[in-house]
Amino acid sequence: MHMADALLSPTVGGVMWGATACLLGYASSKLKAEKDDSRIPLMGVLGAFIFAAQMINFSIPGTGSSGHLGGGLILAALLGPHAAFLTIASVLAVQALFFADGGLLAMGCNIFNLGFFPCYLAYPLIYKPLAGAVSSRGRLMAASLIAAVAGLQLGAFGVVLQTTASGISELPFSSFVMLMQPIHLGIGVVEGVVTALLLGFLHRVRPELFGAARPATASRPLRPIIIGLALAAMLVGGSMSWFASADPDGLEWAMAKVSGKEELHAPEAGIHGTLDALQKRIAFLPDYNFKSTEEPEAVPAGNEGNTPEPWPNVAVGTSLSGVLGGFMTLCLAGLLGFAVRKFHAKA
Amino acid sequence: MSHHILEVKDLCYCYPDGTPALADINVTIHHGESVGLVGANGAGKSTLLQHLCGSLLPQSGRIRVGDFPVSQGTLHEVRRTVGMVFQDPDDQLFMPTVAEDVAFGPLNIGLTPDEAAVRVDEALRMVGAEHLKNRPPYRLSGGEKRGIAIAAVLACSPDILVMDEPSANLDPRSRRLLIKLLRGFTHTKVVATHDLDLVLDLCERTIVLHEGRIMADGPTKSIFNNSELLYACALEPPLSMQTCPVCNGN
Amino acid sequence: MSIENALFELRRLDELARQDTPLHRLDARAKVLATVFFLISLLSLNRYEVARLLPYAAFPWLLAVLGNIPLAVLFRRAALALPFVLMVGLFNPLLDRTVLVHFGPLAVTGGMLSFTSIVLRAILAVTTGLALVAVTGFDNICRALGRMGLPSVFLVQLQFLYRYIFVLAAEATRMMHARSLRCAKSSRPSLREYRSLLGCLLLRTLDRAGRVHQAMLCRGFDGSMPGYGHTTSFGAAEVRFCLVCGLYLVAVRIFDLPLLLGGLAGGLFR
Repeated sequence: MHMADALLSPTVGGVMWGATACLLGYASSKLKAEKDDSRIPLMGVLGAFIFAAQMINFSIPGTGSSGHLGGGLILAALLGPHAAFLTIASVLAVQALFFADGGLLAMGCNIFNLGFFPCYLAYPLIYKPLAGAVSSRGRLMAASLIAAVAGLQLGAFGVVLQTTASGISELPFSSFVMLMQPIHLGIGVVEGVVTALLLGFLHRVRPELFGAARPATASRPLRPIIIGLALAAMLVGGSMSWFASADPDGLEWAMAKVSGKEELHAPEAGIHGTLDALQKRIAFLPDYNFKSTEEPEAVPAGNEGNTPEPWPNVAVGTSLSGVLGGFMTLCLAGLLGFAVRKFHAKA
Repeated sequence: MSHHILEVKDLCYCYPDGTPALADINVTIHHGESVGLVGANGAGKSTLLQHLCGSLLPQSGRIRVGDFPVSQGTLHEVRRTVGMVFQDPDDQLFMPTVAEDVAFGPLNIGLTPDEAAVRVDEALRMVGAEHLKNRPPYRLSGGEKRGIAIAAVLACSPDILVMDEPSANLDPRSRRLLIKLLRGFTHTKVVATHDLDLVLDLCERTIVLHEGRIMADGPTKSIFNNSELLYACALEPPLSMQTCPVCNGN
Repeated sequence: MSIENALFELRRLDELARQDTPLHRLDARAKVLATVFFLISLLSLNRYEVARLLPYAAFPWLLAVLGNIPLAVLFRRAALALPFVLMVGLFNPLLDRTVLVHFGPLAVTGGMLSFTSIVLRAILAVTTGLALVAVTGFDNICRALGRMGLPSVFLVQLQFLYRYIFVLAAEATRMMHARSLRCAKSSRPSLREYRSLLGCLLLRTLDRAGRVHQAMLCRGFDGSMPGYGHTTSFGAAEVRFCLVCGLYLVAVRIFDLPLLLGGLAGGLFR
């Protein structure tokens, strides 16, 4: 499931883009160090394959629905994690640019969710140890299935975290998790089965592919994972704490339910305070103190006229002018566009 | 420099699974010669061509291209001498635009971007495709792609042009233009194809491969007149040399 | 989406990007920067804002007009991209029932406002992204990203991917077509057929990658791609474009333009 721009705040989008950019740089430098120049065309062409394969659907037996290949895990199995991460990132970039799957700001999130988890977590930690060096059909199947499910569960959880942290959607964290994780369990099973079938097929007809891929990717797999995990932890921690200070009703509500406490008291100083101050200083950060508890929840009707309060306690008069102004802006923009087009046609 | 530019001695090659693909190949090609390499599907044409451009290294026997024996250490020189035109132009045209694709070779051999640009214009003019310069390769017709693939190879200024099925997937007019184009080149040419009419038009010498062995090597006309040999190698005489089925030669 | 449709869309945008307008000629970095700035400015607005999103429509609208891009292309794609956003956004009116405004008998809740806001954001973000591609072109965007510091290994294979989408999609289409001609009933392949189809396609893909690599080696490839010639530079026109877009985007982010206009109109009526 692709994360979308519309559900994202610039902070979360920017942070995820930062993490993704670091990973892109890391994977690129790793790949350069491997000095295998046949990789570049192989990655590009395999990426195009994933792209084409995603458009072929098959019917899932016993259900009326259809499924298709996602691609992260099979790329990792064929190319190793670094090349696979870059390839998945490219596929997502083309989808974002040409098909508006996700968006430009959300691309960082999407590459992280669909690339980092399968390539740097599911593949080295689950797939490789399970599939082993000389894998039987059964082991291959089990490894692909578990790795694909785990990768997609993590990816879906990433979507939930990013959405909740952005605070655009009202969906509480726990309900969103309950919505996303089961859906992606199904998708993950399909992905795992298809990956296993394809890998089994390749194993049979091109055994040399697997013999050659192993030694290159087996070297020191632990460090990237630790770095990645630390990065992920920092990210999650950072976004959570920021989020907790900004919006009281989403995640904290879920956390309160889990912990049984009414409220988790965020210290005024420390990271929350700093972030809050930062948020107040930078106008571009969204202001989620909107419905905060200090202010009255409902708007008294008939509160006409010049209230000094900010927008949440909007008076009808102000909001009327807002609506009116909105229409006028549209008309103005339209006029402007037509004028430019006219001018343009003449020039 | 010796007067023969390509020399293959006792070349043998087996696939990884042990199936023999080439056995006892001996060929010598001179400067400026135009040689047709014909044979049925699976006769070993492509495998031989891959040896000529260093994509495969001889398992036994040796190959000499220009002044260099083909080996791991001389691949760079060999590839500057031999220009290989692949069967599927899509495999060869991988850059975003035609101009960049044609410039790929020149830039790789160390030319400056300005020098490469001159080469690009020259090569595109030779194949009559200057107008396609800024197009992406996937927006070209089959004939145009073939032309650009040839231009991309010409831009590296090789001494020998090696072509794998150059007339495959071309419509009759594109095929005729291609033959005219190739005739105009003074390079040494090796053309692997099933299109015997193309060989008849282009090559004075023909080598017949069958099941990995050379069955005949000589003047094109005399080989194509030997229909017994051709049928034995799963080939047929070119249409232009068969008697007309309508008027039966009258 | 079927493969044919996807290819058609790709070609469509590619064709639009090949036009020659002043906007197309602008250095790609300027357009990428302006778009990033647009997204940050737009998405940083409060989630209950609806009217304030409207001035942002001027940006994609202007890109489309100046770049000669039919709006229908942008909107069709935007509509196709909406489902996930709608699925998540639909919960807002259900969960957030705090009444914020009364319009006569109609009580507008926070959820309704934020839902409208989400849909508007989605449409604006998607149309702008597509407009960027349509006035810049994929290769130019890649080059711009390279000049802005993204690793070249990534960008080179990104361009390879774009190049071979056309080839592999055509191959996949032929395979699907050949399959559908031989089975009248089911339109979708079963898992078994799917494995064979994809397996064959994957084998051909791997073979092709090998051949492409051979072709590269034959032309002197030694592991590094030759640098591209840069045809455009970040000149006065680019600075102007970025300044104008930047100032406008800052302005609509800081000032509530619709409110100001509305207030002005309200003052006239009084």
